[in-house]
This record gives sequence, C-alpha cells and structure tokens, in this order.
Amino acid sequence: MHDKTLAEQAALLASGELHSSDLVEHYLQRIEQHGEALNAFLAVDADGARRAAAAADEQRKAGNAGPLTGVPIAHKDIFCTTQMPTTCGSRMLQNFVSPYEATVVEKLRTAGLVTLGKANMDEFAMGSSNENSYYGPVANPWQQDRVPGGSSGGSAAIVAARLASAATGTDTGGSIRQPAAYCGITGIKPTYGRVSRYGMIAFASSLDQGGPMAQTAEDCALLLQAMAGHDSRDSTCSPLAVPDFSATLNAELKGLRIGVPQEYFAEGLDDDVARCVNEALAVLEAEGAILKPISLPNQGLCIPAYYVIAPAEASSNLSRFDGVRFGHRCENPQDIDDLYTRSRGEGFGPEVKRRILIGAYALSAGYYDAYYKKAQQVRQLVSDDFSNAFADVDVIAGPTTPTTAFARGAKSDDPVAMYLNDLFTVSANLSGLPALSAPCGFAEGLPVGLQLCAPANQEARLLNVAHRYQSVTDWHRQIPANFA
Amino acid sequence: MTWETVIGLEIHAQLATRSKIFSAASTAFGAEPNTQASAVDLGLPGVLPVVNREVVRMAVRFALATDASITRRSVFARKNYFYPDLPKGYQISQMAFPIVGEGSITITLPDGQEKLIGLTRAHLEEDAGKSVHDLFEGMTGIDLNRAGTPLLEIVSEPDMRSATEAVAYARYMHSLVRYIDICDGNMQEGSFRCDANVSVRQAGSDTLGTRTEIKNLNSFRFLERAIDFEVERQIDIIEDGGTVVQETRLYDADKDETRSMRSKEEANDYRYFPDPDLPPLVIDEAFIESVRATMPELPVARRARFIDELEIAAADAQALCADRQTADYFEAVFEGRQFAPKLAANWMLGELFARLNKEDMALADAPVSARLMGDLITRVDDGTLSGKLGKQVFDALWGGEQDVDAVIDARGLKQITDTGAIEAMIDEVIAANPSQLAEYRAGKEKLLSFFVGAVMKASKGKANPAQLNQILRDKLKA
Amino acid sequence: MSLTPDDIEKIAHLARLGIDKDALEPLAADLSTMLDLVEQLQAVDTEGVEPMAHPANATLLLRDDVVTETDQRETLQAPAPATQDGYFLVPRVIE
Repeated sequence: MHDKTLAEQAALLASGELHSSDLVEHYLQRIEQHGEALNAFLAVDADGARRAAAAADEQRKAGNAGPLTGVPIAHKDIFCTTQMPTTCGSRMLQNFVSPYEATVVEKLRTAGLVTLGKANMDEFAMGSSNENSYYGPVANPWQQDRVPGGSSGGSAAIVAARLASAATGTDTGGSIRQPAAYCGITGIKPTYGRVSRYGMIAFASSLDQGGPMAQTAEDCALLLQAMAGHDSRDSTCSPLAVPDFSATLNAELKGLRIGVPQEYFAEGLDDDVARCVNEALAVLEAEGAILKPISLPNQGLCIPAYYVIAPAEASSNLSRFDGVRFGHRCENPQDIDDLYTRSRGEGFGPEVKRRILIGAYALSAGYYDAYYKKAQQVRQLVSDDFSNAFADVDVIAGPTTPTTAFARGAKSDDPVAMYLNDLFTVSANLSGLPALSAPCGFAEGLPVGLQLCAPANQEARLLNVAHRYQSVTDWHRQIPANFA
Repeated sequence: MTWETVIGLEIHAQLATRSKIFSAASTAFGAEPNTQASAVDLGLPGVLPVVNREVVRMAVRFALATDASITRRSVFARKNYFYPDLPKGYQISQMAFPIVGEGSITITLPDGQEKLIGLTRAHLEEDAGKSVHDLFEGMTGIDLNRAGTPLLEIVSEPDMRSATEAVAYARYMHSLVRYIDICDGNMQEGSFRCDANVSVRQAGSDTLGTRTEIKNLNSFRFLERAIDFEVERQIDIIEDGGTVVQETRLYDADKDETRSMRSKEEANDYRYFPDPDLPPLVIDEAFIESVRATMPELPVARRARFIDELEIAAADAQALCADRQTADYFEAVFEGRQFAPKLAANWMLGELFARLNKEDMALADAPVSARLMGDLITRVDDGTLSGKLGKQVFDALWGGEQDVDAVIDARGLKQITDTGAIEAMIDEVIAANPSQLAEYRAGKEKLLSFFVGAVMKASKGKANPAQLNQILRDKLKA
Repeated sequence: MSLTPDDIEKIAHLARLGIDKDALEPLAADLSTMLDLVEQLQAVDTEGVEPMAHPANATLLLRDDVVTETDQRETLQAPAPATQDGYFLVPRVIE
C-alpha cells in the first residue's frame, strides 16, 4: 500500500478498493517498525488516527467523502494541535498542548485527512539538518548516517520512508525544499500568503510559509488545494481565489520558457548535483520547453540579507516564550528577571540562542540602519532580480541545494557552513515567490533535487512542470532499500 | 533670573471600541481576571493580530477633528521589551509612520485668551495588561484583560508654558475625544491618561532645557500639581548649580511630589521594527470621506454658529458647547419651537444647571427631558406661565411629571391675563386698604409694591405681572 | 566586525537569555563569524532603495468591531506554569 502515491491511494479509497482504517493501520505498523531508527516522529496518536480513519470510512460509505478523506498525514511539530503536544522541536515547549488548532491542521482535518502524528524538526525551524532538535536528530532514510535536511527533516524522512502518505512542512529559507531534495521527495513552498500562518509557530514572520511534502507533484497539488486559501485570522494571508491546481497538471510544456540562472551553476555546486540537474533540464527541453540562460545578479547577497532579517524577526517572535503563560519555567525563580533569563536560557538550544542574539543585535540602537534596514533594501534588490528575470521567462530552474545530504555532525560546529545549504532556496523566501523541489536523480546513492521557481501565485505552473517531468521520469518512485 | 516653563503632553486615549485592537475579545471594564484575554491577547504560540476597522475609523475621526494629516500608508511596529504584563515581549505600536501626522487645536485659557497648540502626531497601539501586587504572598498576579485594548497616543508639541495651559489643553482634549465619540474619557478607569514632559529654560532662550517625563497623572488636579512641583524642583536644581537629569518620574499624589522611576531607566533599547505580521495600513480617500460623513459638528464651529446664528452670548455658547450632550440637549430644546433659542439657553444655564449642580447630577441623568423643557418654555413664551410659575412647573417636572399642560391645569398654575379679572382683584384690594391708598396718593410711592404684593397674593401668584403693574398704577393714580 | 564576551552579555540581557559564563567566548566567536557573513551587505549600493518589509505588496485587511471571543480562561490557562484565582503568577515585581 505504501508504495502507492497519495493520489493513487485517494483513488483506491474513492473506488472502495481500499479503506482508510486499513491504510492507517498499515502506516501505524510501519511507524512501529521503522519509527525509532529514524526518530522522525515526536508524537504518534494511534488511537486518534484509528478513530479518524473509522470516521472517514463511515463518511465514505455515507457518500460525503472529499477527494482526500481518509488519507493519513503527519504534521510538522510547528503546527498547533489540540490532541497532541506541539513542541516545535524545543525543550521550551516540552509537553505543551496548544489550546487551539492551526488553520492548516483544521483545514486538512476538515478535508478528511487522518493525522498520524507530529514530525520532528529543527528547534523553532532553525536549522538545515534536523540536528538542532531538542528531541534528537532525524536520520536520512537513504543513508542513516546522513542528515535528512531541515528544518522539516522529520516530515521529509517520514514521506521518504513511506511512514505516511504525506506531511506538512514549513519553509522560511528552504525548510521544505532542502529536506525534500535530501530525502528524494517533492515539496512546494507556496507564494507567501497562500497558506495561513495562524497556528504555525512563527520563526520569521515575513518569510515563513507552510506547504505540503509528498511523493509527487500531483500529491502536492491535491494537498495544497486543501491547505490554501484566505484566513481572516492572518493579516498576511492572501485574499486571492485559489486556482484548481490539479486541473492544469498535464498542460503541455511546449514553448515554456525556463530560465537557468548562471549564478546557480558556479563554484560550490557539487559536480554530481550539476549533472543530475542538467539532465533534468534536458528532459524538460525534450518536453518542449525552451531553456534560456538568465542572471540573478544579487543572488550572492541572499544569504547575508536572510541572516539579518530572519534572526531579527525571530528575536522578537521568540520573546513570548518567557515562562509566564506557557512553556518552560525554571525552578525557583528569584525574581522576574531570573525567571526570564533562566527559563529562556534553559528552554532554548544553542542555534536558537545564536539567532536571537544576532537578531537582537541587528535591531539594537545604532545598528538598525547598518544591518536591518540595509538587509531590507537588499531584499528589495533580490526581489527586483526576479521581477526582471520573469519578464523573459516563465519558470526558473536549478539545483535545490549545492550538495546532497551531508553526514550527521559534519557541519554542526560551523554555523556559517551550515547556512550555505540555503544558498539557492532563500531567495524565494525573500521575494515571497512559490518554489518547488522535485527528485531528479541520485549521486552516490543520495537523492538530488531540482528546484523550480515561478512568479507570485503561479504554484499551478510549478506543479504542472514538475508533474510533466515526473510523468517521464521515476526518481520520485524510488524507495530507500531499508523501507521498501 | 526669570524662568520659562515648557510643557508637552502625551495623552493615551482608550478608544471606545467593543472589541480589542488586534483580537475579537471584549474591552469591557471590570471583568474577572483573564476572562477577556483571548489566545491572541495572551500571545500564545502561533497566533496573529488582525486590525479592528473601528480603531482606524476613530483615529481618522481624531485627525479630522484636529486638522491633522492622515498618513495614507501607516506602519505598525514592534516595541520590544520584557515585562510580565506585556504578553508577547513586544507591544504593537507605530513608530516611523503614525496614522495621524501633524495637526493643531485652539484652546481657550481660563482668562478667555485663545492659544494654538500644535500636535506632533497620534498613533495607534495596544495597551498592556495589569500587574496586581497585593493579592498573593510574595507573588505578582497578571491579569491580561486589558492587554490589547486600543489606545490612541496623542503627542503635543512643547507649546504649553504653564500648568494652567497644560490643564486647559488636557481638558480640551478630554472634551474633544468624547465629542467625537472615540473615548469615554473615564479617568478613574484609565481611559484617558496623561504623561507630561516638563522642562524649564531662561526666559527668552530658544533652546529647550533637559526635560523629565512625569507619568501617572490620572486627574487634571494631579496634572497641575505635578507640573507645579516639577517646575519648582527643576528651578531649584539649576539655581543651586546642578543639572536636571533626563528621566521618567512618577507623581505621588499622597506626598504631592514627583520621584524618579529608576527601574524604568535601565537601558531602554526597544528595537523597534515594522511588524512583519501586519502589512502597511493603507487609507484611501473613500475611507476618509466615509468617516467625514459621520463627523459631528465640532465644538469650535458649533459655538460660532450658536453665537452668530442663534444670538447666544459668547460665554453662554462656550458653556453650552462644553460637551456634546449639553449642546445636543440645547438644540433639542428649541428644535421645532416658536420661541427664541436664547430662552432655551437661559432656562438651561439657569434653572436646569443650578438644579443639576445642587443635586450633583450629570445632564444625562436629568429627569427633565429636552422635549419637556421645550414644552415648558413654550408656555412661558406664549404667556400661559409667568417666569415664576414656570419655575414651579419645572419643579414638578423635576419631580417626575411628564406633561407640562397637565401640571398647569392640575395645579391651576395658568397665568391670569384677563384684564377684567385683574381689575376686579385690584379694586377689591384698593377698597380694603383706604389708608394706604391715601398715603400713596399723598406721595408715598413706595407703597406701590405693597399693592402689587397684595394683588398678586389675591391672584394666588397667577396674575400676569406686567398687566397687574400697569392697571394698578392707573387705578392708584385716579 | 567582532563581538566580545562583554557584548554578548549585553545583548543576552536585552534578550533576557541566560548564557553560561563559559559559553560567552565561543558564542562571541560564532556571532562574529555570522557578522562577517552579513558584512558583505555594507558594500552594496542601496541609495534610494525602499526597504522591503513584506514579500507581497499586500495591504492590511481590516476586521469588523465584533466581540466573538468568549471566556476560555480555563482552556487558555491550562498550559500555564503557575496560576491562582485566574491570575498568572510571577515572582513579586517591585515597581
């Protein structure tokens, strides 16, 4: 059952050949079998999942089922849930059960999806390897001494190891796409504002965006359909109508202009990754697309701008974790300052602390103009690069990451080397554009990701291109040997 | 050496909305702790702010009432600091682009002089919660019901030169925000709070001295006393060769002094930056026009109209425009009536206000409605009642009577204007007092009042005084 | 740009973040490296470029002034470390 894509499972559920209860039971069994090795789940709600599956089957029988009713999913532990804890990968929120439910969780639940559990992640979504989780690192299902990427590493590993049909993720600088690439699955970061952020614990509010992670673009189209749409509880959520993402999946690519940024194929890009991506581009060309070299001249400034803006927003967003109304509180606080400093000192891990400090510094008196304001101006320049490029091309394509998944521990002592993982992904966050990663080959047994980026609100185009690509390739069909 | 005082005020007006600025929780005062603190107000992980439209409308009303510019693209910013009654660790406020820009108002000082006071800006922000220190042993209790209550912070230019001017300005603002229905002005409940920035300089100097900010001024009297104290304190320091320290000071009403709040001084680096959860607030012409259409006539314009069109004396017009309810009541008294508005003003400022003062009541609680007041004055104006009888009817209305004519009939208060009847009463009185008549005719003219009194008494007070006087004089002469 | 352990202590206080004494030195080194990374921004000519605070050119949608939140104190205070009589409790704050 688990070798089927979500779309295939949904079709079987619809035809009555498959029941949600059986599907859920199958995954629960697989989680039992493989969960510990990967450490990808922080919580599994077996009873809740069984109840929801039974209800889904009833709904199906009664003829009230939707296209996704009964499909099992895992939620990144950044989304607030009322039936399971929401830790955000942090000691700060150990055992925290949210009194309210995130919009994304609510929408997917209402669409009939069955929540299996919560996925491990880098603490407060800060990281590119899932080594920053207070609850331990997640293993990459392809090679278990490798990282799965981050911060949605648990979600990616779960989908890659077929422990759920799909998972939710969030992407602030590449946190859906980079782990999707490292784990050989498909993930899309929608246009900023396409998916509500309500109930998604904020890292950097102007960059964060939730999205689906699954085996295929077709799966992602179905999931995004259920996740997207205006939410009156999120002022940054777009009021635009959501198009039918599945309707255009098969549109022909003939004449599609694909921009290939020269800056992505420069020093630092692994040769095998370059080879896989070039082969993928050739496949798209064979499908009728026209490849055009383009330039994104400010590409090199993305990482510096990102590492000012994201920590600055995070330093403020994380102030609410003060040990007063929820979350970790230190033992025997002597006074209010002691309560704050010790609760936060104990509750946050090293990477979170680094980012809070650098963010507070960038916003502090005398440095705001030199760092924060400057970074926002550069952000505008980066965004302008895309506007200029999209005057001539429909989609931009390139590698998702410079390398394949690296060994656990290889970069944990060097924060800046770790940050360079996001080299090709942060620009879409800075600009608010939709971007997708799809599997496009292997290098020494590890998956390689192809990244596609489109103008704002054109997720349908990305899903279309990726789907056409997946119609003539089978990289997305590969399952790690240990999890077949 | 002569010293000049320089004062600027920051007023926090709580906007009179039903729900909070960023959440749909109630703003009602006095609820049980934390029963009006929603997930958004508590700053739970993952929650987001959504701006209340009414808050924006109220800020625009304020701008229209103060000739202030309206920022077409204003920006909410985060002010970051830690305090237990500040749930998110930051306050959402406005910094670089406040919704209301420069404006001005004209205040009237106690001596009747007018003065133009500049307004620097007014911005929207959320209130914090409350810390309760006396309920728990060694612990502070946090109540976040007030967290997220909308505030408009109104910042004046340092244009005031005395405590008296500062109080006049504060009183004007207090009246204005109620006039335009954006704040209930309740100072006890903290709906209208003042901070004063005070400095002194040598008279004639055009550079500002070092200022201190005085907080916690929750009455006009405290505002005046705190400024007076602070000015004296600063002058003493300078005259003793010292320098004033820029700091925040707290007014202690019990000791009638200001004292330093050193705890607040510690490295205030608020790290303001645009709130990424809230895109810029864009206000277009259509929005402004829709607000303008609902604006009441402002006190200054209304006063001018009362003087110019209704022929009300300047001082009376000022009194009638002190607040909107009074002015509305006044206009309702004469609306659709035949009598001159001036009569309405006389009755309101005379009889009605005297009674309200005596009973220590507000106009809103007066038992006599504007309609009844109009009925009463109509009967005075058409001669049915004399002024004196009118006051008796007013007393009856104050006591709860609801029909002027019924009161007049039931108590037989109708004025006697029938010349024949008055003549008959006069003849009787003259006939009964021959000696007084003789004395009068011999030149003792002050006996006139004796006869007037006697006839009035005979009429049970109902004879028309003018007619009585005229006829009596004629008869006595003969 | 390099930060000293003293700088770290100051920023940590601003952020109310407890840092062990022996972590100050390595943190100062890490943060200095991060600052070196972002230092490249200084070389960019941004004269006249409008700072970009939000990705979309979005404007704010406003909410009607309606009270829809009712009292949920019990649920909302469930995750709180210390409450009494409906109040959140913290160590005595001296004014």
